[in-house]
Amino acid sequence: MYNGGKIIAGLIIFFGLVTFPFYSNFGKTANKVTPKLDTPVINQLEKKECVKPKEYMRTEHMKVLDEWRDEVVREGKRDKMIVGGIEIEKSLQNGCLKCHSNVKTFCDVCHTSSGVKPYCWDCHFIKEEGLL
Amino acid sequence: MSIDRRKFLKLAGLAGVGLGLSTSDLLFKGDAVASSSHSKAMAKERLAMVIDMRKFRTEEDYKRVIDACHSIHNVPTLIAEKNNPKNEVKWIWKDSYEHTFPDQSDDFHPEALKEKSFLLLCNHCDNPPCVRVCPTKATFKREDGLVIQDPHRCIGCRFCMAGCPYGSRSFNWVDPRLYLEKTDPAYPTRTMGVVEKCTFCVERLAKGLGPACAEQSNGGMVFGNLSDPNSEVRKLLASNYAIRRKPSLGTLPSVFYIIGGDENAG
Repeated sequence: MYNGGKIIAGLIIFFGLVTFPFYSNFGKTANKVTPKLDTPVINQLEKKECVKPKEYMRTEHMKVLDEWRDEVVREGKRDKMIVGGIEIEKSLQNGCLKCHSNVKTFCDVCHTSSGVKPYCWDCHFIKEEGLL
Repeated sequence: MSIDRRKFLKLAGLAGVGLGLSTSDLLFKGDAVASSSHSKAMAKERLAMVIDMRKFRTEEDYKRVIDACHSIHNVPTLIAEKNNPKNEVKWIWKDSYEHTFPDQSDDFHPEALKEKSFLLLCNHCDNPPCVRVCPTKATFKREDGLVIQDPHRCIGCRFCMAGCPYGSRSFNWVDPRLYLEKTDPAYPTRTMGVVEKCTFCVERLAKGLGPACAEQSNGGMVFGNLSDPNSEVRKLLASNYAIRRKPSLGTLPSVFYIIGGDENAG
């Protein structure tokens, strides 16, 4: 092999650089984020609950929102729900955000750390935080 | 058992006819509800607006109604003055007699009528062309006659704007959030790249309220069910002469204008 030393040294440096993100993060836990539940409405709930169990909402909330939006906009099914003792509208802006009035410290912390950019906030907003 | 060429062709022909018959169901039945829901038989509910032009006399009468709509729906009213009038977003607006009724203008209509501004909004047609042309079914007609647009599904192709003969649809060429005087947190804004229009206040109807414009019109706009012969709209239409915009197009608008005669003067 011509220039064997240079090629092998080059390869070692190349793989060292390519795998850098793997070994530099090895053994470390991912940056853990906790959405804040400390809002005036949540603090006053009789029972701390959401429209669905916490674990389900954590992974499937986007599906819930998707179903709601079709039911409300297209089918006109706007039945209200009683959650934790208060009435909740089937709505992101007038439902979810009524309790979770902290988009920046509830929604955005996870979305940012997992690199998702939902376009909900292009149109929806809340009074507390203004146009998002 | 062998099969000769002639027999094979006969069988193949029969099979072809059979296949054709079994799929004709799919071809002819179709899911065309949204595009041709207009039929001779009256639907159980058909919501409509009757605008009594005799009750609109001063600038204030128009402004009150327009502001009622724009303020609760976060309509970016500042676009026309701060950006470009061509980018205006219209839900309910005013226009002249000739523009409102181009094919019905009559040389001998009362002068007072010809000088009047007319209130324009989405006609919520019974045979809506915007619904037919929408490629994503973002615009659809509800069972109660409302023509609604789902902004989540809108891809901004603007076919509906080309389809609507009334100019009732507006495209968001610029970020509407930059042109809001104030916002109502109970209603979303829209985003750049989607089309929007009047909704007959579908969100208020769900709460048992009427459209915001009608509420503020002091009886100048009456909303109700055309299918109910005892409704206020039907009574008004039965006792007054009312016209609709561009009737020759066959869109069957659900917005009626009582034009009145001399009563319009003043």
